[in-house]
Amino acid sequence: MATVEPHTAASTKRPSRRAEAGLLVLALALGIGSYASVGFGLMDQLPDNFLLHSLVLVVLAVGAHVVLRIKAPYADQVILPVTVALNGIGLAMIGRIAIGGSIVGSPSDLATKQLMWTVLGVVAACGVVWLLRDHRTLRKYSYTAMIVGLVLVVLPLLPVIGRNINGARIWVNIAGMSLQPAEFAKIAFAIFFAGYLVTNRDTLALAGPKVLGLQLPRLRDLGPLVIVWAASLAVLIFERDLGTSLLFFGLFVAMLYIATERFSWVAIGLSMFAVGAVVAASAFPHVQARVDVWLNPLAPEIFGRDPGGSGQLVGGMFGLANGGLTGTGWGQGYPRLVPYAYSDFIYTSLGEELGLAGLLAILVMYLVLVERGLRTAIGVRDGFGKLLAGGLAFVMAWQLFVVIGGITRIIPLTGLTMPFVAQGGSSLLANWLVVGLLLRISDNARRPSSLPVRGQVAPSQTATGPSTGPQPVAVGAGSQEAVEAGEASAAVGPSRGAPSQDLPTQVVRTDRPQDGGDPMTGATEIIDDTERKNL
Amino acid sequence: MTELTFTLLRLGFLVLLWVFVFAAIGVLRRDLYGTKITARKGRGTQETHPATGATPSRGSAPSRGAAPSAPTPAAPAPTGPTRLVVTAGPLRGTTVPLSASSILLGRAPSCTLVLDDDYSSSRHARIFPQGGTWYVEDLGSTNGTYINDRRITGIEALPPGVGVRVGQSIVELQR
Repeated sequence: MATVEPHTAASTKRPSRRAEAGLLVLALALGIGSYASVGFGLMDQLPDNFLLHSLVLVVLAVGAHVVLRIKAPYADQVILPVTVALNGIGLAMIGRIAIGGSIVGSPSDLATKQLMWTVLGVVAACGVVWLLRDHRTLRKYSYTAMIVGLVLVVLPLLPVIGRNINGARIWVNIAGMSLQPAEFAKIAFAIFFAGYLVTNRDTLALAGPKVLGLQLPRLRDLGPLVIVWAASLAVLIFERDLGTSLLFFGLFVAMLYIATERFSWVAIGLSMFAVGAVVAASAFPHVQARVDVWLNPLAPEIFGRDPGGSGQLVGGMFGLANGGLTGTGWGQGYPRLVPYAYSDFIYTSLGEELGLAGLLAILVMYLVLVERGLRTAIGVRDGFGKLLAGGLAFVMAWQLFVVIGGITRIIPLTGLTMPFVAQGGSSLLANWLVVGLLLRISDNARRPSSLPVRGQVAPSQTATGPSTGPQPVAVGAGSQEAVEAGEASAAVGPSRGAPSQDLPTQVVRTDRPQDGGDPMTGATEIIDDTERKNL
Repeated sequence: MTELTFTLLRLGFLVLLWVFVFAAIGVLRRDLYGTKITARKGRGTQETHPATGATPSRGSAPSRGAAPSAPTPAAPAPTGPTRLVVTAGPLRGTTVPLSASSILLGRAPSCTLVLDDDYSSSRHARIFPQGGTWYVEDLGSTNGTYINDRRITGIEALPPGVGVRVGQSIVELQR
């Protein structure tokens, strides 16, 4: 895997995060502007709670920005604004549907609840950034994360707290709040996969028989992975939740591929999935119904079927058609005609009122978000961070594909939420946690490190340098930057109890910089490291 | 509100959306166009940047490739070699600035230049200055240290520009 060094090489002072502040202003303008447009479109006046709504958004954005300035000054500057913008647009659309509902006489408190969950989500993300100094701490809890993930997956099946809503048993009811534990399980599984694979990927990749040119892994290396794979199957069978099962499975295959760089895993995964899909489609009537709806939504007998008709999907398609290129404008469409227009089908609601132009902009925002995640994975120096960031970024992209693919009939429809936009507290909270983790990892990835990187130009010595003693002293120990930053223990060295394989292969051992020599000279190089896999 | 206002509001919002998207992409511009990937394989001696303390002004500009490749040697030692460059092998392009102390080559993590090379010994060779001249000494390596295909025994003087083969790598001193 290649390692890309941060750009902010020469500056030892903290970056100002001005780009983030500017983008946040735009993002807030989007969120607040969309909510104002909703009011004008529906009622010719601002919505009732417009001031409160805007104030909450502004306070959250500014608060998160300040937390990042204090605790993660090097973190990626685009992740937060894009997330705030998406969340703001989602809040506006949910508010629009709630207001539309109250106009026709079916009021709901979805919008206020979603705003509350947004607050909770941002606070949680800030908490992650604030409390988690170094993402590698999480590696110690790999197996704990596996247990937590499995428990979360099984939770809805428990008799007292589990709830069966709309045929899928994926909810738990705790203290009056409905939660979808699977949303949190995806984070736990990402942590587990990252921790497990970073230690075992070599055996997974290299040991084992070779069949038909594919390097197959040994069975005993597969143990924990098979457990998780079985868990995701159990989700499909016992909880009747196609989407979550697909989500876990995709995460699982993608992280194996990132860790081992073996195409065989993708081949095995896809074939296992194909078998599973065929079996599920023939064995479970509800899956069969989904496939019918996917293939022939406009057939009269499928459209009118109850349950399992294609009315929702077709309604969504008509909504998209009504939106056209530039949309009907906020508050001018009829998104409420589609069931669950505020959660599962918020994509078509947005498509109807913002049009293809708006949808593409939103998709590009997601693309940017995922790209930042993957870029963080490339930039971070330790294997665990690479896998975790890569896995989290992938799972977001994958979730989006499953949702939007289902709505636009690329794949059969499954019930997943569009991250940050769709109504649903668990999804919102879990995705903000993902953002918090990505921000934390990106801060560690972009923080200037005194460690030399393979092939990099070493820090120079002035000839008046140390004339005594051998040169190879402790690598980068206590360079000025690291001491100054105080919390740079992440990047400093093996003496801090970090596992040694978390460090990049170091080849250039340098003396400590003299005369305040910048330890980061020449760090913009990217090292193409494809011939070797160790990080 | 009139139809016109609605249309303007609708299109204005879409414009704002795209302004945001392009602003975000603008911030990422450096990532999209600016990074330079250095493949160590199939490349000659990489241009190096001595990067003395006197050039701290290298900004965050990603266009390092455009930086002048002409080395500007450190001022205090204008005549002697200033750096050790790996000219062949897995670490091609790596440079180690020279100081008054010796440089240890080998696979051991304690070496100055840690060679990632199965053909080198853990403490393979030493390059050190004495009386203004640099010398190379084989430290009893298994596969030997070579200058111009001649295996060296003991200590030999090492003029700048002469390659020393250590395992699969060739290093040389440069001014």
